[in-house]
Amino acid sequence: MITASEFKNLFQNGLDKQNAGLVQLLGLCPLLAISNTLVNALALGLATMLVMVFSSGAVSSVRNFVPHEIRIPVFVLIIAALVTVIDLFMHAYVHRLYLVLGIFIPLITTNCIVLARADAFASKNHPLHSVIDAFAMGLGLTMVLVVLGGLRELAGQGTLLSGLDLVFGETAKQFVLHVLPNYQGFLLAILPPGAFIALGLLIAAHNWNKARADQRAHTALLATA
Amino acid sequence: MTPPTLIQVAMRNALRTGMILFAFATIATSLLVFTFNRTQPYIERSQQAAKLALLNQVLPHALYDNDLLDSHRVLAPDSRLGTRRPSTLWIARRNQAVTAVALEAIAPDGYSGDIQLLIGIDIHGRLTGVRVTEHRETPGLGDYIDRSKSPWIEQFAGKSIRLPAPQLWKVTKDGGAFDARAGATITPRAVVKAVGAALDYFASNREAILAPIPANKAAIAKENANDHRQ
Repeated sequence: MITASEFKNLFQNGLDKQNAGLVQLLGLCPLLAISNTLVNALALGLATMLVMVFSSGAVSSVRNFVPHEIRIPVFVLIIAALVTVIDLFMHAYVHRLYLVLGIFIPLITTNCIVLARADAFASKNHPLHSVIDAFAMGLGLTMVLVVLGGLRELAGQGTLLSGLDLVFGETAKQFVLHVLPNYQGFLLAILPPGAFIALGLLIAAHNWNKARADQRAHTALLATA
Repeated sequence: MTPPTLIQVAMRNALRTGMILFAFATIATSLLVFTFNRTQPYIERSQQAAKLALLNQVLPHALYDNDLLDSHRVLAPDSRLGTRRPSTLWIARRNQAVTAVALEAIAPDGYSGDIQLLIGIDIHGRLTGVRVTEHRETPGLGDYIDRSKSPWIEQFAGKSIRLPAPQLWKVTKDGGAFDARAGATITPRAVVKAVGAALDYFASNREAILAPIPANKAAIAKENANDHRQ
């Protein structure tokens, strides 16, 4: 079973210390490409998280049957199968969102954060730990994606939650927040360079925050000494 | 008994890992087959619904009472449609009489690649609607031809090849009747030109297009459609 401190540790790693988007900088291709609106970012983040949770659980459950030398093909096979399942389900039930996310759903297979968690964590740990680790990592990535998507959408077109109707139908159009009315739009934020710049700013903010925390810990240590 | 040679050990290992890989592949494949069979009807239904929703944007629902998706024919590639491959024409009927058609056209001279269009034309040669179905124009600049970005494309509805006059089938910047945003004229210029050419195509092929599909041919077309669905 899992202890409370292990549980806390996994979440701290996933959300902050080892955050996939801000610290490990893994799987950035879809992150940068699809974070042009909040809804797109959230949808891809959740799909990635779902794949990570299922693949980590599956990899961890079969870890004792997989010889070391063929572990990567087996893990990739498991991940690819799960991604295809999610791809088919999205095609069937959220067709319009599927059209927007397009190629980026199948590309989750090649997202290195998924394989990285399967190989570095799930293949060595109990299924319960692995699932929680994958959930925390996926949640961390989704949070970065959502913040990035929100920032780019706000700066790019002055709205939030545009495209919500792709998931919940026409009635959801009224929930779109026009934060900046009559906004002329800022093209750079929507184009790929905007994604790099916004991510750079997020990483800088994260590092600054960490440096400040370290500084504080250092001063406290000196004071007690 | 002699201990197994190195090559025998290697063979045994290879066979074992091969069997394990095979087992995983079998499990994964069964999972995919199961999911595919479960989702396929829904996928087809949502694809058909999406196609019909798109057709409804260029053909007002009041114009037809037939099954649009079932009533189509193939058009040979034509330079006025900008098509290099056979394209589809949907025929709208009301009380058995043809009221309008929707056809696919391509504007080949957009700012970045082909702009795919769906154009609805009634039997009098008036546009019932135009939509861009696929394009790669610059986001935020040339993409206002997309209905989800701006209502620009609505201005075509009600126009025909004689109204405005043929020489006015241009953007305002070129002295025509169709407005375009400053800074991005290449994209709307291409769309206006393609829509005008498609109307021209319809005018000169009107008889052939509106001719009733021979009964046996219609049956074959229907059979083909059914085959396709299975």
